[in-house]
Amino acid sequence: MSKTLFDKIWDAHAVSSVENGPTQLYIDRHFCHEVTSPQAFNGLRARGLKVFRPELTTMTADHNTPTIDQDQPVKDPISRNQLDQFAKNAAEFNMPIFYPLGHAKNGVVHIIGPENGFTQPGMTIVCGDSHTSTHGAFGTIAFGIGTSEVEMVLATQCILQTRPKTMRITYNGKLGKGVMAKDLALFTIAQLTTGGATGYFVEYAGEAIRSMSMEERMTVCNLSIEMGARGGMIAPDETTFSYVKGREFAPKGEEWDRKLAHWKTLVSDEGAVFDKELVFDAADIQPMITYGTNPGMGMGIRESIPTMDQVDEAGRISFRKSLDYMGFTAGEQLLGKSIDYVFLGSCTNGRIEDFRIFANYIKGKKKADNVTAWLVPGSWGVEKQIREEGLLDILTEAGFKLRQPGCSACLAMNDDKVPAGKYAVSTSNRNFEGRQGPGARTILAGPLVAAAAAVTGRITDPRE
Amino acid sequence: MNKFEKLTSTVVPLPIENVDTDQIIPARFLKATNKDGFGDNLFADWRYEKDGTPKKDFVLNNPTYSGSILVGGKNFGSGSSREHAAWAIDGYGFKVVVSSFFADIFQNNALNNGVLPVVVSPEFLAEIFAAVTTDPSTTLTVDLDSQTITNNATGKSESFSINPYKKECLLKGMDDIDYLLSKKEQVLQYEAKRTI
Ligand code: SF4
Repeated sequence: MSKTLFDKIWDAHAVSSVENGPTQLYIDRHFCHEVTSPQAFNGLRARGLKVFRPELTTMTADHNTPTIDQDQPVKDPISRNQLDQFAKNAAEFNMPIFYPLGHAKNGVVHIIGPENGFTQPGMTIVCGDSHTSTHGAFGTIAFGIGTSEVEMVLATQCILQTRPKTMRITYNGKLGKGVMAKDLALFTIAQLTTGGATGYFVEYAGEAIRSMSMEERMTVCNLSIEMGARGGMIAPDETTFSYVKGREFAPKGEEWDRKLAHWKTLVSDEGAVFDKELVFDAADIQPMITYGTNPGMGMGIRESIPTMDQVDEAGRISFRKSLDYMGFTAGEQLLGKSIDYVFLGSCTNGRIEDFRIFANYIKGKKKADNVTAWLVPGSWGVEKQIREEGLLDILTEAGFKLRQPGCSACLAMNDDKVPAGKYAVSTSNRNFEGRQGPGARTILAGPLVAAAAAVTGRITDPRE
Repeated sequence: MNKFEKLTSTVVPLPIENVDTDQIIPARFLKATNKDGFGDNLFADWRYEKDGTPKKDFVLNNPTYSGSILVGGKNFGSGSSREHAAWAIDGYGFKVVVSSFFADIFQNNALNNGVLPVVVSPEFLAEIFAAVTTDPSTTLTVDLDSQTITNNATGKSESFSINPYKKECLLKGMDDIDYLLSKKEQVLQYEAKRTI
């Protein structure tokens, strides 16, 4: 029988099923960070349990960490306490893969996973973090879980999950010049709305996806959760295999050959049936920005915010609330609008290619005086590459500074908070009220739009 | 986890769509290392002024509305996987959240903490909001056993669906970890016979 890529991986990881209930799913790789794990470790303690397969968990501190002076003690005592507790848990439960603040491999969990070869095709991957969908770029079933589920994985290497429905989104043709993976994702979310893929696991396909690099694919899969999908995935191919090969935790020698042979079978069979299929034309996608307070409120950079009568009645209260918060009016065009902050970073766009795109655009230009720019690499690995490739010199020359790795202003749990009322063009993934600091106004965009905003101080079409 | 009992209660209406987990519990409150006290910060940025005084126009600060059932607009709980959102709702004292649509992870997290998400039709939801606006003493009855929710102002009922396994967990106060621990042997067998 024809199977989808999703079916193949799911079925290979089903340990058992509860009658009329969820599947007991075996987890190949568990990523763990300091914010959603302490209560899970407490749970193990309360039940007198050990971690069942400690070597299958990768721990990194990222959400709460400062992006300057990481060699100094963390100033905020509550943050420090959480980071200390994370280290204590790692020690007490004998966790062998632990990258605390200051470690050469430390960084945002969804960046260091692929970077070090933990993420491999065909795996099941979970993390107490919704953007775990990032790892789907390698042809994995990867999704975010809650803390109770973190505890389940630590205790049994399994979780109970109801099988989601499957959806395939195909993008025919190529993306236009100056249109990036982030634009494709924001376009899709705007089409589907933030709940449009709820209950589904999405496979991305088509020429526009196939011609993407691994990093671009990660950006696309990363944002799957923003349309409500359980996760997103892309069938692995030569691009995937050559990315994985040679990384520290990737298979080697005979094991590599064996795995590679298996990975090559990881495609949706001809004739496999999806619960839902959508098709888009890549040429229809423009550089995107958001104007509201959820990632589905996006539009082409030259377009105008919908007018009130274009919004269905049940949604008008929320729509008005959202525009009030952003300080925008219905029907307004945002091109040329002055902005205050630019944030380049996060697990969506904090990888080396994003820094290359940004640096390439700003090269020979100057940072706008009215803009505060936070450039935050996703990991120390990315930071090192930025230096080695000479990008740091380009950035410095243009008046930018590089910060140290972490989640930073993506969720503003550390000190990187955008002040109330200020506009931030941000390459992260969420523009929720207060996401980047209480009262902060977030405009989501890709690294190229962010670069253009950083040098003009305004919302600017980077193709101009 | 506590057992879920049949419940009749007045409701707290929040007729806003896409209420995301960053609103339910803002990120700066995620620094705790235990599960206590999140109820105090439920909807913190909508509920309090910067200096901590309650905002008069927010429903949780309005004495007219109270009860252990929260009724939200479409797509409740979108956003992050933070279970802190479920702890905050539970900690505040809500036992049931009613909406016409829930985000996936939130729904799971709620169930794992003994909070029942009840999905109703958009019409039924609109009727609840209308009834509560007219008369804040309106009650809803949620019966998990028969999987029905009743708007006691109109007398209308709707049935809701829930996974049979999850239903049993809630009724018995049992959680997934208990279940998974009982399956350890199968996991060892699975690991032993895996070839890739
Ligand atoms: S960068 Fe943002 S979205 Fe990604 S893991 Fe960190 S906080 Fe979550």
